[in-house]
Amino acid sequence: MRVTAPGTPLLSVRDLSVSFRTEAGLVRAVRSVSYDVAPGEVLGIVGESGSGKSVSSLAVMNLLPGHAEVTGSARLNGQELIGQSDDALSAVRGSRIAMVFQDPLSALTPVYTVGDQIAEAILVHETVSRGEAMRRAVDLLHTVGIPNAAQRATAFPHEFSGGMRQRVMIAMAIANRPSLIIADEPTTALDVTIQAQILDVLQTARRMTGAAIVLITHDLGVIAGIADRVSVMYAGTIVETGSVDDVFYRPRMPYTLGLLGSIPRADAGERQPLTPIEGTPPSLINLPTGCPFVPRCPMAQDICRREEPGLLPIAGREPADTQRAACHFKDDIEQRQLTSRDIFPAPLPSSDAVRSVPREQRQQMLVVQDLVKSYPQMKGAVLRRKVGEVRAVDGVSFDIREGETLGLVGESGCGKTTTIMEILNLGRPASGHIAVLGHDTARMSGAEKFGIRRDLQVVFQDPMASLDPRLPIGEILAEPLRAHGVAPERVSARVRELLTLVGLRAEHVNRYPAAFSGGQRQRIGIARALALEPKILVLDEPVSALDVSVRAGVINLLERLRDQLGLSYLFVAHDLAVVRHIGNRVAVMYLGRIIESGDVDEVFDRPAHPYTQALLSAIPLPDPHKERARVRIVLKGDLPSPANPPSGCRFRTRCQKFANELTEPQRQRCIDESPALLPRTGSPDHLDACHWATAVEVL
Amino acid sequence: MTDTLQPDGGPAPGLQSGTASGSGAQAPLEDAAASRLQLVWRRFLRQRLAIAGLVVVALLFGVAYLSPYLGRWQYDQLDFTAFLEPPSASHWFGTTQNGFDVFALTMRGLQKSLVIGLLGALMATALAATVGAFAGYFGGAVNTALVTLIDLLMVLPAFLIIAILSPSFRGHTWLIFVVLLAAFQWMVTARIVRGMTLSLREREFVHAARFMGVPGWRIIFRHILPNMASLLIIDATINVSSLILAEVGLSFFGFGVQPPDVSLGTLIGDYANAALTFPWEFYFPAAFLVILVLAINLVGDGLRDAFDPNAQGHH
Repeated sequence: MRVTAPGTPLLSVRDLSVSFRTEAGLVRAVRSVSYDVAPGEVLGIVGESGSGKSVSSLAVMNLLPGHAEVTGSARLNGQELIGQSDDALSAVRGSRIAMVFQDPLSALTPVYTVGDQIAEAILVHETVSRGEAMRRAVDLLHTVGIPNAAQRATAFPHEFSGGMRQRVMIAMAIANRPSLIIADEPTTALDVTIQAQILDVLQTARRMTGAAIVLITHDLGVIAGIADRVSVMYAGTIVETGSVDDVFYRPRMPYTLGLLGSIPRADAGERQPLTPIEGTPPSLINLPTGCPFVPRCPMAQDICRREEPGLLPIAGREPADTQRAACHFKDDIEQRQLTSRDIFPAPLPSSDAVRSVPREQRQQMLVVQDLVKSYPQMKGAVLRRKVGEVRAVDGVSFDIREGETLGLVGESGCGKTTTIMEILNLGRPASGHIAVLGHDTARMSGAEKFGIRRDLQVVFQDPMASLDPRLPIGEILAEPLRAHGVAPERVSARVRELLTLVGLRAEHVNRYPAAFSGGQRQRIGIARALALEPKILVLDEPVSALDVSVRAGVINLLERLRDQLGLSYLFVAHDLAVVRHIGNRVAVMYLGRIIESGDVDEVFDRPAHPYTQALLSAIPLPDPHKERARVRIVLKGDLPSPANPPSGCRFRTRCQKFANELTEPQRQRCIDESPALLPRTGSPDHLDACHWATAVEVL
Repeated sequence: MTDTLQPDGGPAPGLQSGTASGSGAQAPLEDAAASRLQLVWRRFLRQRLAIAGLVVVALLFGVAYLSPYLGRWQYDQLDFTAFLEPPSASHWFGTTQNGFDVFALTMRGLQKSLVIGLLGALMATALAATVGAFAGYFGGAVNTALVTLIDLLMVLPAFLIIAILSPSFRGHTWLIFVVLLAAFQWMVTARIVRGMTLSLREREFVHAARFMGVPGWRIIFRHILPNMASLLIIDATINVSSLILAEVGLSFFGFGVQPPDVSLGTLIGDYANAALTFPWEFYFPAAFLVILVLAINLVGDGLRDAFDPNAQGHH
């Protein structure tokens, strides 16, 4: 181990700036960033996309493309890294600093076995025999929790799932016992239960090697659980830094305050209004003078427009206090103990007029009964024949009543997108029924389907992909109106009305989608879906592609519209916190089946199915105290292939209850008999599909 | 990571980056990000060869159509005082055996070649776009029928068929000839368009339109084809030069443009024998053909690089 004098930082970054020359102008991606990382500590860097958090750490590693202009200094144990030749840095990279990237798919070479790749990482920096390197590679794979490590070391990356690949990346990162690991959004591409596994592995890696970790993420929940200190980046610079507790419980920069107030929380029982930060992060080209947060800050004064505040300590704190904030009014916020709700205007809670009517008396808007969607598996190149089928959706039933929101949650591959596509196609399902407003889709004529499309509309996940880039937004919004024969003179007025409804300016009708930010585009997508005054809206992950600070605005908008217009939502999401916030009811899917459903508070507070319990326990909460005190249920392994699901209960291969609590005869029942969706916990509305369901509190 | 490297509204990679966003002019953006059209145009301007090509094409157009007012002789006028004269002050490119002015002939031929090339390319690309997009979007029986048609046309020898058909349209308008040329030029593009449609069909904005109840043909013309505009523009440009060459080839053998009309092809064909003895008869039309095709190809290459900055040599 390398010895460092106590108190001296392991990594010391000073005045680091990075800029790129592009067609549109000079992009100042990182502006004068300074931070220290002490040996063995975890520094979380949090920020939205474009805040410079990744670029600043890539600059430290000298991994930026050649046209990046990097100035400033980054010293690792006193050794300067910026401006070094690639050769000189190669000795440092991988041995003293290691990196874990976001996308484990592209970070591994597809043509070599993972064992070879880890062994290579060892051989580059140490003189050991090939056999010895390979043996250590197997050890490392075992350490990061890959079962049958010796055998799996000879497998190729494509034979691993995303989570397993990320484990391999971590194994490679710790192969040479680095003193610093930079993890750039290591869990962003992964599902929440896999994220819990990877964060676990990262902690193990840290314990074993004693390495410091710089964890870059946009997820405040992840930071709260694992980091010691946190730095918040905005518009290329650090705007607040301090210990995790200080930043989470005593934020003093309005951006941090707003960010914390805008995240929906899975553990919030009563629905708290989210405080949205209006506007969007600034473009890093031609950044005006003054504080970059001014356009979005309700506290902004003239001084904020004139000069950019430095990152300074807060008045009245003890000298040892490490919290720094870049705001002219930080001391004011400190003295008056302002919270996000004091600074940012939160919308008034919406009225529940429709939902005050008992559920049974409200009209059924959408009914799905035993829906099955299967894809044939074909074999043979010339004479193709069916060798089997994949049941992507296997007997899904739910209903949505007037004015309510059903959250359909599950991890990727569970069949939630297939379910909504089946509904939206209005076709005849392979098996089961879909009824929209009482009309069975299997018996609909073409004209009836066209008519029902007015009432059933959709908002997609990716606002970049769901708007045609070639059409001005006025045309985009007019399209459904024209298709349904709305009189031309009405169209233009309606388009303006829609833009105002979703909080955009009506003068913008002639702009193209490229001129809008992600959040604004999603509002346009919502406006388009509302054009024909539908009764049911299918929302496919409507906020997951948006930046954290603009999510709250879109969620609030959706809530307001639902209550104002009496809409019913089918809200598909993998983010349980969002579902808890906006949902009235929730259905949890696993491998093509619904395994638990019921009232949202009931399911979140007293989950009965072991999978729901694991899912809820895997959500990181943006609350350091709670997060440290929690005991996580970490699921084993990955989602089984839907082509070959386990017999009986589909979850049993990963079930913590099956593995730890059940007796042999009980287990046999799980293997033999597929559990039906029944009320087992007392409440008649709360259904689950577990033979041995018991409600447990996990949040 | 890459998203942090690019400014908002910056160039999207691939062929999706487009032609039709002129938002910059109508609405000054807060972030002053340049619109895509401006970026494409800026990238195009940076390529000197492409600009040179564009200037040359424009000059050729100008000179071809202004030639009746420039020279003293018309293409169907005979000068009985000058047979087989080399270039002189009154006959800039010399004269032919019958006393035709070579400059006037060449310009007339250039007009015809340009019109045939442009018209044919437009037809070929439009046909390719329509057939390819319908096959790709609707799939099923439509796809099978159209793909079979494409495959069938691809194996037919175009040159031979036009040559065989040419006597039957002798004396009729040359437009039939253009249609025939275009009819054998669109298949490869149609296959590319079909492939791109298959992926565009799964894009969310196409799904959105479908779930709104917009009919298929309208989705194709409103959403699918405009989103491959860059491909179609590049394809049309390149088609211009290949159609000009096809016309020249056919006319050379007497199957294309019929006398008394002339094209660069008939001129080259008629005077190829004179290349060594009376070079002005042959080399002037030939040189114009080479310059024209070269210039159009340079413009095509420039457009491709401007639309798709990832293709090569960028940064």
